[in-house]
Parts: sequence; structure tokens; C-alpha cells
Amino acid sequence: MKFLSQLISGISLGSIYALIALGYTMVYGIAKMLNFAHGDVIMVGAFVVYTACVKGGMNPVLGVLLAIVFCTVLGVCIERLAYKPLRQAASLAVLITAIGVSYLLQNLALLIFKSDTKQFSSVVMIKPVTVAGLTVSGEIIATIIVSVVIMVALTLFVNKTKPGKAMRAVSEDKGAAQLMGINVNGIISLTFAIGSALAAIAGALMCSTYPALSPYTGAMPGIKAFVAAVFGGIGSIPGAMVGGVLLGVIENLSKGYISSQLSDAIVFAVLILVLLIKPTGIMGKKMTEKV
Amino acid sequence: MKVKQILALVLALVMCFALASCGEKKPTDTPSDTPDVTEDAPQGDVSFEKEGVIKLGGIGPITGDLAQYGVAVQLGAELAVAEINAAGGINGYEVAFKMEDDTGAADIAVNAYNALKDWGMQTLVGTVTSTPCVAVSAEAVNDNMLLLTPSGSSIDAISAGDTCFRVCFSDDNQGIVAADYIADKGLATKVGVIFNSSDSYSTGIKDNLVAEAAKKGLEIVATEAFTNDNATDFSAQLNNVKDAGAELVFLSMYYTPASLLLKQAKDMGYAPIFFGPDGMDGILGMENFDTSLAEGLRYLTPFLENATDDATVKFVESFKAKYPDRASYLNQFAADAYDAIYALKAAYELADVTPETSVSDAGNLLKDALTKVSVDGVTGTAMVWSADGEPQKQPRVAIINNGVVEAA
Amino acid sequence: MAKKINSPLEKKSAGLRPVTKKNLVTLGIVTVFYVLFQTLSSLGVLKNAYQSLLVPICYSVIMAVSLNLVVGVLGELSIGHAGFMCVGAYCGAFFSVVTKNSFEIGWLRFLIAMIIGAVAAAIAGFLIGIPVLRLKGDYLAIVTLAFGEIIKSVVNVLYIGRDDAGFHIAMDSAKVGLQEGGVMILNGPQGITGTPRNSNFTVGFILVMLTLIIVTNLMDSRTGRAVMSLRDNRIAAESIGVNVTKYKLTAFVISAAIAGVAGVLYAHNLNALTANTNNFGYNMSIMILVYVVLGGLGSIRGSVIAAALLYSLPEIFRGVGQYRMLLYAIVLIVMMIVNNGAFFVQYKEKLKHRIRGGRKEAA
Repeated sequence: MKFLSQLISGISLGSIYALIALGYTMVYGIAKMLNFAHGDVIMVGAFVVYTACVKGGMNPVLGVLLAIVFCTVLGVCIERLAYKPLRQAASLAVLITAIGVSYLLQNLALLIFKSDTKQFSSVVMIKPVTVAGLTVSGEIIATIIVSVVIMVALTLFVNKTKPGKAMRAVSEDKGAAQLMGINVNGIISLTFAIGSALAAIAGALMCSTYPALSPYTGAMPGIKAFVAAVFGGIGSIPGAMVGGVLLGVIENLSKGYISSQLSDAIVFAVLILVLLIKPTGIMGKKMTEKV
Repeated sequence: MKVKQILALVLALVMCFALASCGEKKPTDTPSDTPDVTEDAPQGDVSFEKEGVIKLGGIGPITGDLAQYGVAVQLGAELAVAEINAAGGINGYEVAFKMEDDTGAADIAVNAYNALKDWGMQTLVGTVTSTPCVAVSAEAVNDNMLLLTPSGSSIDAISAGDTCFRVCFSDDNQGIVAADYIADKGLATKVGVIFNSSDSYSTGIKDNLVAEAAKKGLEIVATEAFTNDNATDFSAQLNNVKDAGAELVFLSMYYTPASLLLKQAKDMGYAPIFFGPDGMDGILGMENFDTSLAEGLRYLTPFLENATDDATVKFVESFKAKYPDRASYLNQFAADAYDAIYALKAAYELADVTPETSVSDAGNLLKDALTKVSVDGVTGTAMVWSADGEPQKQPRVAIINNGVVEAA
Repeated sequence: MAKKINSPLEKKSAGLRPVTKKNLVTLGIVTVFYVLFQTLSSLGVLKNAYQSLLVPICYSVIMAVSLNLVVGVLGELSIGHAGFMCVGAYCGAFFSVVTKNSFEIGWLRFLIAMIIGAVAAAIAGFLIGIPVLRLKGDYLAIVTLAFGEIIKSVVNVLYIGRDDAGFHIAMDSAKVGLQEGGVMILNGPQGITGTPRNSNFTVGFILVMLTLIIVTNLMDSRTGRAVMSLRDNRIAAESIGVNVTKYKLTAFVISAAIAGVAGVLYAHNLNALTANTNNFGYNMSIMILVYVVLGGLGSIRGSVIAAALLYSLPEIFRGVGQYRMLLYAIVLIVMMIVNNGAFFVQYKEKLKHRIRGGRKEAA
């Protein structure tokens, strides 16, 4: 009984990680960059929903749509202004710029929305479900459904559609893709647009489940989702889902049964073990090295 | 080549900003760096009897994830300073207050302390959080500067020397009072504790509570921790304390994580008695907070927003008038800071300290004066200080009833 | 100003190899800065705010140079470097606090603390390096991050106290079981309080110089060239008989030991030592990485300058109040783009070409 309820709360935490990790892994898979600012785009998305729905009294669905539009525009702007000039530079240079963007978003939010934590009103209207004495909240059900839908949609998009194929081509070899007439810059912008739209959805759902919103809300889940994405094999869309859920479950079970103080250490130790046994994550592709 | 270019670029930028920031400033430093807070500089119609400015410094997190506590202290202190200036200042001198950011980190706090020394700070009202306070108090004792922390509650925060004082309760004080209250009122016999293990405030209170509980015959059935990196999901901890049969759960943490925890407890359908330390004050002030979550929550606090004593009524009214859109910062952090400034005013007047008094002399005079004054503040009436820096006041227990805090 | 410093050295080192000359110039720059600031500070004209930055700048520089050895020279991305600093800081501070009353000679105790910190961090580096260095790229990065976080978490649950019966170690403060009169030395998240303040600018300067000498000499040695060959092409290096594990581990362990020394310097500069995300967690590790990347991968002088400047920047921005961290973020992004952006790189090449050309004509 206790185990089941711990497991369910682990899955719910994990589904949030998974949702964020999907955006991370999408951008990484195509643009080959670790977008450390992804967590902060989530925070921006949540603030847009908060402002629209709580302050402006807008319908939650419209609020989330507005956040998706806003974050998409923001993501493309960030890509154009901060990352595009560094397309030819070393990947570490882009990583550091992403860290700069992350600080920038946090501090802008701090100036606009102030430092006090706001309580987020849930955008989910599903009622909690009780089965055999265990209650699962509506937010969790929504998060799990949305994550699975997004995972399937992304997989189909990348594998079946024309822009998706172009994305895979860019991910394999930018130069060759360009020669084949693919608009590489356009494709990368599209990737960021999708990634940021996902961040907006993740922000709305995360803050519905964990309703404390401050300028630093996105930072820690961002890092955790990065870990989840690597856990599952970074660049792999189903891998992000698996990695996220596993991370949440391991975290909660170690809090419940081993030590709540050392749960971080335990999660990371498991991660290290997994990577030592399977060096490219659970579902990552094997890298072949060319001389 | 490359490096020289970076160097040149950065220096150029730094100079631009330095010039820009110098240009904005008036020759006399204005007390507040925060443009959206009304300036504390005296209005044209207030004149001071004497030339000179008494400079009080403040240190706390203004950016970073603890910023809400630092900003509350800043607002409370600036309010008190504005009132004092409007009434003619201290000993006839204008008072200036300047808050510097430490992001909650000890090393940055020491940098902030030194920046304030350059500004000419005579007395320090800070730091807001405990760990930076330990580091800064060592510096202050070195300079023999008086340090009065509004909210640094750990034992070590003021143990560096005899010029260090605090306004809030100490961690051991709170842990012991909470355990005594639970036992004496017969609230529960089985107690669970959830605390933030990466924070010295939460850990300090928890340690003292657990020790005192043993003496009082309370049974601690579960002690669960979380860390700053893990402060979103508490369901595992809640499941554990629930499983252990706790009738009362002591939440040794600040109000932000507590607000999440209470929501998750409600979702789980778990409703023990929740009890917390003074860091819980402010939970009702959170923007858009669903007050039903905190129904029945008890916590220790020195400050009750709807108390009817004159000092509190006046403080709450003028806070809301001065910061109409920032009511969420009206909590015990702001109240402690407000009292800190008034306590210093009393000590300054008793010791007759002037802006010309050197930092060290002021430290000597003020540390004696602070043990002799009695301050009627918003966090306690007739507050007096002992020479070890601790205030003599008893924590009050508050309970949230129908969305309103009242004395329990 | 830079030219004036260079010219005497250039003459003196006319017969030296270019690498040696470059290293001497770096050491020279550091020395000039030390002399300048030490003089200013002893004359009492240096503001307190800048004076308190001197030691932090020293440990930031040491951290940046030591991380550059892993990221720039060995070519492996590590984002858990602050963990080694944490190990050094706690071990060094623990020793100093324990022996504070029994050890009379302050500088000798500090020296021993340094050695203890360095050795402890080196051991941690060795133990972590064995599994970590088998991985590659981002996977290696995340495992270093994981180890850094594990170190931080473990330090936060350790309680060590001492009484007449000796030391007591526990994972819970209630279980330490000290007798009457016993003292807690390491108190979980409250950390170590009361470390003697032995760090000062001169010690920091000596350590920076030592770090620079060790790292530059290493890079110029047989070992260093082997390490760099692994970075440039591991398979080719392996095929000509370079022992991959040995050289990777050597670089990693030396880097960890240096980070440990930086930690000891950090611990003895403050009265309160606690481990949190901003000083020993991933935020710090990422900050050091920022220094290294901004200064230029593999460029030791670049790391020194970038670390010194970026550490001071938020302090310099104090004048703008609540906008300071915002400005810092903007400056960081702009510097990265100016330094690495395609447009600016081309422009710089042109400029460089023109200056060189101009010089030749003048000569």
C-alpha cells in the first residue's frame, strides 16, 4: 500500500521531468546543443499563464495557448540573437551563452514579477481519481496523458513528415543537408520553436502540480530534466520519457525507503551506474567513432 | 591577442556602466538602490537639526531564490528609516539605509559588507540569513562594529563577539518553545518532523525540537528531510510520516516549500496538525494563495498582522500605504527589520552616537546601550537584550482560522 | 600598459622558446597585479570592497586554471569541478579547526591543511576518475555533475564531533552522542564554523603562481603532450602507444588536487563553511566552466584573466543595485558572441591582418 502510493507519486514527479526532458532532448537531438535556458523558458511560460489567467481572468485554455505562442516567439528570438551568431563556434561556446540566457531570463523575471513566490492556480480541470484508497490528482493524469501524446506526436513528426526528415538530415550532417537544399537555419529555428512551445506546456502543467511560482522555479527542474534526458539517452524522444519517469520513481522510492536526506546522492549514483553499464543512456544510440 | 581584446572590451563595458551608475547618483548617496521603492531621502520640507548622516547598512539576498526574505527585510527597514527621518531623524541627524545583495551566500556577504564599509556604514542591520551572518559577524567583530541581525537565527550567527545582536528568536529558543507548547497543550504525543537538510535554520530548529521533545516525553515517530534541490515534491516524506502515525507534523522550513507541502498533503487526504517555526509567517501573504490549504496551521511568530496593539496597527497601515502593491512582503521578516531600526534608534539616542563617532567607538557605546534600552516594537513589547545579543521575548503561537492569523 | 610589462621580459627571454616566453609573460602579469594591489592596499588607498575581492579572485583563478587542464588540455567536459574544491575545503578546514588550539605555528598548520586538502581532493579525483574517464562527451559531463552533487549531499549529512573519548561520526545530529563538553566540528548543513582566517592575498598569490608553474610545465612536458594528443585524436594517439587511461587519469588527478588547494584557500578566508549549490554545487562548477570557455580553451593566461574579471564583475556592478545580475548576464552573452561569433571573428581576423601588415611596413 505504502509502496504503491510512493510509486504513484514517483511516477507523477517523473512525468513532469519527462515532459521537460522531451523539450531538452528535441533541441539537443537536432541542434546538438545543451540548451541550459530551457528550464527558464518553462518559468516564463508559467508566468504568462499566471498573468493571463490569475491576473487577467482569462480562460485557462486560452492562457496556455497564449503562453505557447509567447514562448515560441521567445525561443526563436533567443535562438536568432544569442545562438545563431555562434553556429560555427565550438559547442561549449553555445553552452556558455545558454547559461547567460538563463541568468538573463531569471533576472528579467525577477525585475518584472518581483521575488515573492506566487501560488499558481491549476489549469487542469480533470477531477482526481480514487482507486482502492489511492488518490491520483487530475494534474498528474493530465501530465501523463500530455507527455505520452507529445512523445508520440514528436516521434511521428520527426520520422514521417517532411520538416521532420529535414530535421534528421540537419542532425546527421549540417553541411550535407545544406547541399541537399535544406534551409538549415530555418530548420534549427523550427526546432527551437517546437522546444519552446513544449516548455510552455511543461510550465503550465508543472506549476499546476507544484503550484509555487518564482523566477527561479525553472532552474532546478531544468537540471533534473537534463539528467533525465541523459539517463534515457540524450537525443532519443522515447528515451526522454523513460528517463524522466525512472528518475522520478527512483527519487521518490529512495526518499521513501532509504534516506530522504541522501535521495539526490542516490539518484545520481544510480545514474552513474546506468551510464557505466550503458554509456549512452538507456535508449541512446551507440556512437561509432571514426578515425 | 584574443585575451587582450576581451580585456579591452570588458574594461570598456565596466567603465561605461561605472560612469553610468555614477552619473545617476546624487553626490550624497541615496539610501535605496531600488527604484521601484519610494526614495527614503528626506522630503524638502523636513529639515534636520544637525549636519551629517547616520549610515546604517543592510545585507541580505535581493536576488537569488531567497530574495523574497531579503526584500521583505529591506522594505521593513526602509519604512522605519523613512518614518524616523520624517520625525526629525536620530539625535537630530538624518538617517540613511543602504541594502546590499549577498544572494544568500557567505562569501558574497563579506564582499557586500566591505562595499558598505566603503560607503561609510556605522552600524550593520543584517544579515538576513544565518550562514552569511556567521561569516559577516566575524568581520564586524574585527571592526568592532555593531551588528544587529533582524532574522539571522542560528546560534553561531551572533556568537562571534559582544557587538553582535539579533531581533528574532534563536533556533534553540524556537525548537524548545515549540516542543514545550506541543507537550503542555497536549496537542499530540506522536510527532513527525519534516525539515530542509540543506539549510542551517531548518536543521537548527529541528535539532532543538527533537532534543526537547525527548525531555518532554513526546515521541518523534519520523524525521524526514528534503534539500533545496528537491524542494518541490514532498509526497514521499508525507507518506512516511503518515505511515509512522504522526498526529502532528512539525514543518521546520520557510513558507515557500511549506505551501507546496500543504497542497500535497491535502491532495493525499492527509490532515494532521501542522506546526511550524517563524519562517512560516508570510504564507497567507503569498500572492493568489489558497488559504484553505493552511487552515489550522500553527506557527511560532513574533508578529501578528491583525494584532490590535498600537505599534502593529501603525506598522501595518504605513507598510500598506508605502508599498501598496507589495503586501506579500508584509511578514515577520519586515517586522523584525522594522524593529531593528527602532531598537537602534533607541540605542543611538541613549548613547548619543553621532555620525562623527568612529565605527569602533559607536560599537562600544551601542553594545552597552542596547542592553539598557527597552523597545516596544511590533515583534514584542518591552524587548530587552542581554549582553550575549539575544532578545528577551517569548515566541507567540499563532493559528490560521478561516484564512486569518490569530493568536492561539 | 601591457607593452611596458612585456618589453623587459621580451629582451631577457629573447633566447627562450616561444612557449616558455608566453608562460613567463603570464607569470609576469600576475606578479605585476600582485605588486600593484599589495602596494595600493598597504598604502590604504584600495577600497575595502576591492580588498575583499583579492582572495576570492585568487581561488577563482586557481579553479579556472585547474579546470582548464581537464576541459582545455585533456578535452573532456567536466561540470562537477566544485566537488573537488568542496573536498579540499572541508578536509583542510576540519584539520585546522581540530588543531586550532594545539598547533601554535599558524603558517605551518595552514601549510599542512593545504597538503591535506590537496591529497584528499586528489584521492577523490582518482576514485572518480577511474569510472568517469571511460565515458565520452555529454555523458562524461553528466557523470562529473553527478559526482559533484553526491559529494555535496554527503557533506551535508555528515556530523562529526569530538569529546574526551575521541571523534564521533554520524549521519544524524541526534546520534553523534557527544559527552558533556564535547564540540561539534562538522555540523551537517551548518558546516564548519570558526576556521582560522589564514588566507590572505600573499598566500593566494603564491598559490596562483605555483598553480601556473605546475600547469604550464605539465603542458610543456612529455606527459602534457601525451594528454594533448588524446584531446586531438584519441584513436591516433592510442595507436602510437599512448596509454589513454594513465594520461587521462594523471591530468584529472592533478587538476583535482589543485582544486582542493583552492578549496582550502576558500575555507580559510571565511568564518563559516557550508556546502550549497552556489559555492560547491553545479552552479559553481558551471561558473568555473564559464571562466574557462570565455578565457579560451587551453589558454592558461585567458583563464587567469577571465576568472579575475568575471568574479569581480558582479561586485563592480553593485552601483546599479538590483540590475547588477541582469547586467552581468548581458555582458556574459555579449562577450561570448563577440569572442566567438562568426561575424566578429572575421572582423577580428581582418583587424589583426591590418595591424600586422601595418607593423611590417613600419619596420
